[in-house]
Amino acid sequence: MIRESYLNWLILLGLLAVPIWALTADEPFTITLATRAAILALAAVGLNIALGIGGLVSFGHAMFFGIGGYVMGILAYHAQSFTPLDLGAFSIAGTKSMPIIWLVALILSGLAAWIVGLLSLRTGGVYFIMITLAFAQMFFYFSISWSTYGGEDGLSIYVRNGFPGLNTLDPIQFFGICFVLLCLVLFLNARLQGSPFGLALNAARQVPARVETVGLDPMRIKLLAFVISGAITGLAGALFADLNRFVSPTMFSWQMSGEFIVLIIIGGVGRLMGPVVGASLFVLLEHWLGGLTEFWHIYLGTILLLIVLFARGGLIGFLTGKEGAHV
Amino acid sequence: MFEPVLETRNLCKSFGALTATDQVSIDLRPGEIHAVIGPNGAGKSTLIQQICGGLRPDNGQVMLLGKDVTSASTQARAKAGLARTFQISALAMEDSVLENALLGALGASGRPWRFWQRASAAVDLRDRAEAALDRVGLLDQGDKRCAELSHGQRRQLEVAVALTLAPRAFIMDEPMAGLGAAGSKQLTDLLDGLRGQAPILLVEHDMDAVFALADRITVLVSGKVIATGPVEDIRASGAVREAYLGEAA
Repeated sequence: MIRESYLNWLILLGLLAVPIWALTADEPFTITLATRAAILALAAVGLNIALGIGGLVSFGHAMFFGIGGYVMGILAYHAQSFTPLDLGAFSIAGTKSMPIIWLVALILSGLAAWIVGLLSLRTGGVYFIMITLAFAQMFFYFSISWSTYGGEDGLSIYVRNGFPGLNTLDPIQFFGICFVLLCLVLFLNARLQGSPFGLALNAARQVPARVETVGLDPMRIKLLAFVISGAITGLAGALFADLNRFVSPTMFSWQMSGEFIVLIIIGGVGRLMGPVVGASLFVLLEHWLGGLTEFWHIYLGTILLLIVLFARGGLIGFLTGKEGAHV
Repeated sequence: MFEPVLETRNLCKSFGALTATDQVSIDLRPGEIHAVIGPNGAGKSTLIQQICGGLRPDNGQVMLLGKDVTSASTQARAKAGLARTFQISALAMEDSVLENALLGALGASGRPWRFWQRASAAVDLRDRAEAALDRVGLLDQGDKRCAELSHGQRRQLEVAVALTLAPRAFIMDEPMAGLGAAGSKQLTDLLDGLRGQAPILLVEHDMDAVFALADRITVLVSGKVIATGPVEDIRASGAVREAYLGEAA
């Protein structure tokens, strides 16, 4: 059994050590895999705020992931084709600058989360799951029919977007960017969890009636958590599209939403590092087992089943010997 | 004549053919403990719900400190000074005792939008939470998880959370529920000391506690107030005994 705080540092160091080793061993593909794990982890960290702390089982987080992806795709597409982006009343130029893309992705996915949250937070349980799924499906089908930006075929971006002072085409440098963002968001998440707002959110999940009786509005607290959650997953979407230099409707798919939930369950619901462990393991299995058999999901399913049955606190709960996220 | 802190005027609520609350008018005066008793199904819980904002009455008014709060939300009523304890403890079981009290203090502060500060390091919240825990004798249990508390301690924590709100009126829904004789006695002493802080509307089945604490008693049967008055009058009233004990037996 190991203290969770030590374990958390170990996990982060592990995720950092793999690409550094790959760099010395000259295995750029391994760096890309680690980058993929970091980005999926970031997306799941976003979901974990809503799902883990707030108890909001969103089965539509791919919607924010896709919004982030398409923000990157559309802005970069207009930049690479030197065409202005027509927004009706006025038009703007595209951009290849990561910080600007991130900012737009954060704002738009946060805004989407606010609207979706307003409408779906009135429901709970299975209905909440279904409504969030329905919203994500709307985005999915819209993106398929949006021929301006590739429709079903998606949108390719030829050169990765730039970050001032860095060469983003160098795998290790791009990994660095994603890793730093992941650490930053994890730090924010940790602060949020221990803050008065986190306390209220945590209570709003467990006993909404109590939260109301002390004069707080559980709806508004959950809504804000949902917005923060959606914005973070949107940021991850922009990075994911940049990693692949490609964005397609797949990013909006319900399989993607399901994947995020699976990542969290594997790592541990509501655990700070749960998404990081889940995403790392997922990418590892996808790579190793995916090389052996096309049906590697069977093994993933088996692992998920074992965790749900025997380690309710996920891998982190299993390793720390503590089932509950909150100790 | 003093202004009542809390007052209901001709509250009515029915569910289909069932009239759960029928023209109920009661008031809560400063410094008193006003007990509401009645057999099961008399409409006590429905009454509490309407006072606290969980249910909207079909008719009638709820007045808090002279203001009509009939259509105000639960949160708004809490902010206006109403503190409620639940019949079945509504506590965040995964959280520590201190955190449960901190939540009350956070509600009282009215500023939940703090994302950076540590909740347990926020001096304004912590002082308030610890004072409330101290008052109910749970201060040394602050780090314990709520799920590990005994039933009696949870009942005390319910009261502590209400205390953090520094309310103008307490609404207590069967605070003695499930307590043994010793626990009941302990909580009775605690509530006895609270009346100076704010009056208590006490819904309770434990008659020993009611007679030990109440200044006035209202008897509710089938949604109607059949008697209200000082303890001695109610105790002496034949009609009450018949209606209440007759139906309860």
